[in-house]
Amino acid sequence: MNNPDVCIIDYGSGNVRSVYNIFKAIHDNIRISNDPADIDEATHIVLPGVGAYGAAMDKLKNLGIIDLLHKNVLEKKKPFLGICVGMQILSDEGFEHGTHKGLGWIHGKVKKMETGDLPLPHVGWNNIIVSGNTSSLCAAFNDVDYYFVHSYYFEPDDLSAVDAVFVYGGEYTAAINRENIYGVQFHPEKSQKAGKLILKKFLSL
Amino acid sequence: MKKKRLIPVLLLKNGFLVQSKSFSRYQNLGNPITAVKRLSEWAADELLYLDISKDDTYDMRRDDLGHHNRNNIIEIIKDVSKECCMPVTIGGKIRTLEDIQVRLANGADKVSINTKALEDPVFITETAREFGSQCIIVSMDIKTIDGRYCVMSGGGKVETTHDPVEWAKRAEDRGAGEIFLNSVDRDGARNGYDIDLIKAVSGAVRIPVISCGGVGEWEHFTEALDKTQTDAVAAANIFHYMDQSVFLAKKFLYDKGYNVRPPDLILEERIN
Repeated sequence: MNNPDVCIIDYGSGNVRSVYNIFKAIHDNIRISNDPADIDEATHIVLPGVGAYGAAMDKLKNLGIIDLLHKNVLEKKKPFLGICVGMQILSDEGFEHGTHKGLGWIHGKVKKMETGDLPLPHVGWNNIIVSGNTSSLCAAFNDVDYYFVHSYYFEPDDLSAVDAVFVYGGEYTAAINRENIYGVQFHPEKSQKAGKLILKKFLSL
Repeated sequence: MKKKRLIPVLLLKNGFLVQSKSFSRYQNLGNPITAVKRLSEWAADELLYLDISKDDTYDMRRDDLGHHNRNNIIEIIKDVSKECCMPVTIGGKIRTLEDIQVRLANGADKVSINTKALEDPVFITETAREFGSQCIIVSMDIKTIDGRYCVMSGGGKVETTHDPVEWAKRAEDRGAGEIFLNSVDRDGARNGYDIDLIKAVSGAVRIPVISCGGVGEWEHFTEALDKTQTDAVAAANIFHYMDQSVFLAKKFLYDKGYNVRPPDLILEERIN
């Protein structure tokens, strides 16, 4: 695709502006919106996220755009990227502050990490270890450091959906992928050049 | 593996970036936004931005640099977050939940609190509950008085009864996500970190400690990483003396085999 039309979903989640800023540094054709027309027109859809699983799902529901996202991502198969909680809610359910239903696009659960003596949240720069195939989003970024801030992780039913892992008192999902649906636990928008490079790769998908 | 961090500290006084000595003498370094852009491009792991103004007047008086004058800290945070795709902590003059809310909403990832935490330790618990521990850094200024370490409040000016180890443990129990440990004695002295102090505090808590104060050469970073359990090494003045300072410091640590992120330029070579 020559000039991807990127829509960052605006659903009142904290880091929309910083996601916009980093995309803007590598790409012009980009907007923040929750307008159905913008989502329909977009070639690439990004769902940022900071905060709790249930709160993020509630905000999407209140905007009434879940069916529209289903149509664009599951039927039209537009490349989709979920970031942090925006990735976690792709699962069937999450257990942060109670049990909450997710979008169910990639089957699995979001659970609290069990890190023993290491403090939670897992905050800081950690390298990802790529397990996906050579055409995956993360393939070129094996052993590259990304910035993480989270206490929960995505455990997919089908482990072949894991594109990359990180190690912090155990091995956990850093990135996930099924067909046109991508998700990263880390924050590309806080990861400087490593973040820009992986977002460039996403735009090439 | 999670990496040790290298953190440039930017001191902001009435809208200007300044250098500090002993928390009392300041030298103007100019526009804080331009400096952030420079440091962000040079492989800093995070930025820590401390507002040490004594009043609420902010004026960069530098229209020539292509930025509008900024008359409050929020405008400065907005500009800073536009320039840098990295985690940013904002500290200084934080006294209410609303002070924190407005800083996070405008682009800060974390805040550091100091005097208010000493006056009202419950404030740490309240802020951690409201925003999450990962957002809350408790900052400690330490001065040697009569041969013992003393936690200072009011920007390093007012003596308290707290001992650094005791206060760090209390801050952790109350929900702080990190400790920023700064030595007033070493501020601007360039004779190295206070290793005994860092060793004592970083050995006493589980949460990450960011150490600051006294760096005059790159070997001071390795000394702290070798001898203490500090999670991050921070410095202010040294990063302003030369071009590409953060990159060179990071490269120094990386080349010596320390557990740090590679400098950006090396990353690019590896991927392309």
